[in-house]
Amino acid sequence: MAIDLQPDKPQQPGGHVPSGREPQPGAPRAWWGRPAIHTGIAGAVLGYFVGHWLGNLIASNYQQVQNSGQNDFAIILGYVLGTIGWLAGLGVFNDLLRQMAGRPVHADAEAQAAAAGTARFFRYSLDHKVVGIQYLVGMIGYFLTGGLLALAIRTELLSPSYHVFSSATYTAIVGEHGTMMMMMMSSVILGPLGNYLVPLMIGSKRMAFPRIEALSFWLTPAAYLVLLSGLMFGGFPFGWTGYAPLSIEATQGADSYAVAFGIMGISLILLAFNLIVTITCYRAPGMRWSRLPIFVWSNLTTGFLMLLAAPVLVGAMYMMITDRTVQTAFFTDDLGGSSYLWQNLFWFFGHPEVYILALPGFGIVCEILPVFCRKPLFGYRVAAAGMVGVTLLSFFVWQHHLFDSGIDPDMRPVFMLTTELISIPTGFIFLVAIGTFWKAKIHFTVPMLFALGFFFNFLIGGISGVFLSDVPADTTEHGTFFVMAHFHYTIMGGLIFAFMGGLYYWLPKIMGIRLSQRLGQIHFWTMFVFFNSTFLPLFAVGMAGQPRRVYTYAQNLTTLNDWVSISSFLLGGSILIFVINFVYSTVIARVPEQGNPWRSRGLEWQVSSPPGPGNFDRVPVVLSGPYEYGSKDAPPVADLDPPLGVLSEAYGGAGAGADVAEVQR
Amino acid sequence: MTPADAVAGTQRREPNHGMRIFLIWLPIALAADLIIWFVWGPHMPPGDMSSSARSQQFDINVMAVMAAPVMAFVLTYGVYALVVWRHRAGDEEDGPPIHGNTRIAVTWISVTSAIVLGLAVFGTVELVAPAGAGAGEGNTPIWKPGGGAALQVQVIAQQWRFTYRYPQFGGFETTSLVLPVGENVQFDVTSLDVVHSFWAYQLGVKADANPGVNNVAFTKPEHTGAIQVRCAELCGLWHADMTTVGTVVSTPAFSSWAASTRVQLAALTRNLPPYSLTYDPNSVSQLGKAFQQAGLTGAGGGYYGPQYPVQP
Amino acid sequence: MSLPARVAALTVAFLAVAGGVIFVVAHYLLGGPPTVDFAASGGQVSVVMQTDASSDPSAVPDHPTWVSYFIKSPVTGDWVHTTLFQVPAHTQVHMTILGYDGSTPVRNQIWGQVSGTIGDVAYYGGAPVRTVSGWNGPYLIQHTFAIPGLNLNVPVEAGPGTCSTGPCTNKAHSTTTFSFETPAQTGSYRWQCFVPCGLSYLDGNGGPMQTIGYMMGNMQVVSS
Repeated sequence: MAIDLQPDKPQQPGGHVPSGREPQPGAPRAWWGRPAIHTGIAGAVLGYFVGHWLGNLIASNYQQVQNSGQNDFAIILGYVLGTIGWLAGLGVFNDLLRQMAGRPVHADAEAQAAAAGTARFFRYSLDHKVVGIQYLVGMIGYFLTGGLLALAIRTELLSPSYHVFSSATYTAIVGEHGTMMMMMMSSVILGPLGNYLVPLMIGSKRMAFPRIEALSFWLTPAAYLVLLSGLMFGGFPFGWTGYAPLSIEATQGADSYAVAFGIMGISLILLAFNLIVTITCYRAPGMRWSRLPIFVWSNLTTGFLMLLAAPVLVGAMYMMITDRTVQTAFFTDDLGGSSYLWQNLFWFFGHPEVYILALPGFGIVCEILPVFCRKPLFGYRVAAAGMVGVTLLSFFVWQHHLFDSGIDPDMRPVFMLTTELISIPTGFIFLVAIGTFWKAKIHFTVPMLFALGFFFNFLIGGISGVFLSDVPADTTEHGTFFVMAHFHYTIMGGLIFAFMGGLYYWLPKIMGIRLSQRLGQIHFWTMFVFFNSTFLPLFAVGMAGQPRRVYTYAQNLTTLNDWVSISSFLLGGSILIFVINFVYSTVIARVPEQGNPWRSRGLEWQVSSPPGPGNFDRVPVVLSGPYEYGSKDAPPVADLDPPLGVLSEAYGGAGAGADVAEVQR
Repeated sequence: MTPADAVAGTQRREPNHGMRIFLIWLPIALAADLIIWFVWGPHMPPGDMSSSARSQQFDINVMAVMAAPVMAFVLTYGVYALVVWRHRAGDEEDGPPIHGNTRIAVTWISVTSAIVLGLAVFGTVELVAPAGAGAGEGNTPIWKPGGGAALQVQVIAQQWRFTYRYPQFGGFETTSLVLPVGENVQFDVTSLDVVHSFWAYQLGVKADANPGVNNVAFTKPEHTGAIQVRCAELCGLWHADMTTVGTVVSTPAFSSWAASTRVQLAALTRNLPPYSLTYDPNSVSQLGKAFQQAGLTGAGGGYYGPQYPVQP
Repeated sequence: MSLPARVAALTVAFLAVAGGVIFVVAHYLLGGPPTVDFAASGGQVSVVMQTDASSDPSAVPDHPTWVSYFIKSPVTGDWVHTTLFQVPAHTQVHMTILGYDGSTPVRNQIWGQVSGTIGDVAYYGGAPVRTVSGWNGPYLIQHTFAIPGLNLNVPVEAGPGTCSTGPCTNKAHSTTTFSFETPAQTGSYRWQCFVPCGLSYLDGNGGPMQTIGYMMGNMQVVSS
């Protein structure tokens, strides 16, 4: 079929309507008739019951099911079909089915984007800005849920002898907290801020795959609800690491762990895929790799980590599911499997996972620092190289989680070396910060405070990581609260502080309103002080011999544990201050903040707040990097209104002319 | 010196920030290192009750002495920068357009690489020299202690208690851990069901217990006293309760304990399966038969059911 | 929306979410099997329990196919489906376990050794035993009653296994009796079965072996 060089209307995917009829816009349907959350819930419930019934049909006469009284097959099928029903109810498959049927796709991304009103946030929206805000609200909700579970853990640990919860409840809460946080916080920056800001930062009007992006978001509430519903089945007693064979012999709550993690793994893969293609292919003319904002570099490298590591996780969860339902023996030693297989598969994902959690934080602080130091980012190439180095090396260090497990003893010096080596690119971020501070003009705004908090926390977290990478020292520290303190410092002290900083920095851009700076200062100082007072003593608690995931401990550690628990409640209070600030500022006060309050050179700040549909009126031509502070004669970051001929010259010579400019729209 | 200064003719000499930072950092780093090594060092966990604990303590002390100046540098620089280069009210100028400095970057990368590679070499030496430093080495350990045959103690982990078997004393099995001082001890750690981890804190020994796998760890107790044994891998509901208090006693006390316990538990020892490094009930013929008669084949529990024949 | 409307909508949404959360939390966290209290007896305490291969769905609605312990209430004489009980400190406890379940092989033979009881002995139908083989006769084991915190371990003799609708009262059973002294220190002492009897779970250690109220529980020692 010849390609129309001068189409008189934009090409429809799937070709023109054969009968020559053009799609009639028609009257828009009522809000309850169009697919949204309510139809999604209906689809989920229907799917769950169908799946459960199907599972009972297939498996209820298995001997295992009859003796044990639990049908894991039915539960898992219920969850999976429930998720598919949820997506179908939301309308995820509608466009796909239309294309398969040869009918034109009704939903036009730009028309949708032009729709105003709150209802679009409850729909399967193809506008990346709407998806970014959906992710933001979702991620804050997931974080608060995980945080409440953490407060429950610290309540139990107030006393070694008086038990608030039974051991079963406590172990289930520990597993839920860990899994909720590790699963969900993987996307806490790439989801909201990455999806919202990356097209703006690279000068693109859209994301490469809007449907995949929206799908990656709508999988997260499914994963969240599947995980929480595990509590109704009694929870799972094996923490977020899921070590077999405990995970094979556990009761029904383990199914929700496996399915939720699997769903979230798929969401990570889709999120990453979309971001990578967008960053690679949708950069505006003039946006060379050497001018790419560091935040975009961090999204790109984190995307590769997600894309390559999450499939291993999904595969491992699938193997756990078959071990639990159809009596395969992957992880069962007696029949030729191995518990080590699970450990290696899990940590092959698990180690890149923690860099998925760390790198986006690096990206955010590298964006914040130049703006509030009024200086270019020191060592831009070093920063980018550091992120690339971390990404590459993170696939070669996973066995440091297994030093004492009985792996081949020769492997341990090898992985000790690679783990020590990865601290070199991780340290580049400190070089960049040190250089950027040199002779700067440092403004202590709320985003900057969070960036400074990030550096303080990540310093402690990173150095404690070096202690853990050393095998003899790890022999005492593995499986204790020392490890817990280390990863809470790097993940919460790093990622979450950076997330908060990014939120205070970019919320004026995203919503056109400002968060209260006064409450923000209170939020930062209380969060910083209580975060450190909660987690710094845990290094000592771990070295004194308290293992992880325990509800009782030696009497002489009671004072330390009480101090930590009370600090954690106060830390919860500081996060409550954040929630109050966020809700009050966005819903009640709504103080408008248009323009560029931080005087940033970033490309995203050169358009209105919030940006209009399609982000830019015309695809901009990028003229310089975003960190050119201090040079009076630096060109502006981009030309937002380039002459028509510029683009066509950029894309292939004169004569391609007007239709190329058309395509650029 | 900003162009404005040059034009105005005011010669404000820029202080040597690097030297100032160095001079503030040096005493802090020295003081920290001295306190760590001399005050804190002898009390650093896990103590010095055994050869592996002592070498781990030394290892942690050395790393702390190396980490403290690094942390002190970053914190000193940070505080200095935030105080000296903070934005003064009314100054709306940007800072100097410094994009990078190749010399600084190369120096940074070289120094951090040297420190890190040095730590890797040091860590390897500290792992190899003290016979594996108490970490579980799997079923083919390569770093074994010299100096005589070791006392073998099999640690059997099950949900939710550790039991200990002494093959050199007739293979009796007890719930108490008693060790002689001054002799090499070889722990053969295995599990009967899920993954546990045998962690003897004062001995500096940690070895994961995997089902069907033997994980060997070595140590040599050097002082008598009590040992806290905990499980260090989440193994189910009562993971926190899997604790033992073991003791290290003098060699004659140990010999008399072993002899008397052997006699006391003779009836039980006759019931135990023959000693083996890993334990699978199907491999013990009588026990396997009993499991089969009860309809529990495969991995036990009837999970794989009699309709699934046992595959080797 | 106007400001009052926004505030109202926000308050309603917040109350709905908070209400839902509190409901779920209260329902989940505070539920659990009841505790049978033996602490009021004073002096010696007599505890009677039974083990069953499976239970009547009316007595055990959650998992009727699971093997389970029951405790006889000292006040009403009814069989309570729980494994939580309370005893006074520094007291002799006489325990009788009626075993209605059939035999299960022990995975680790050390749990056939009686320990921690008064006299280091237990009685199977009156006959004293100290070490039980579990697979080699003359006695077979169905479960154990073990309190690791007191180093107490007693294998329960296997019964004929003819009753499968617990709590059983009128079928043949084995009788295991023993006595032990509760410590002076109050607190909670977990107890568990060491025989992998969770049928159709991997290694026999799942299901009832991992759920409080079936094959594992808690003995709370309170001051007398």
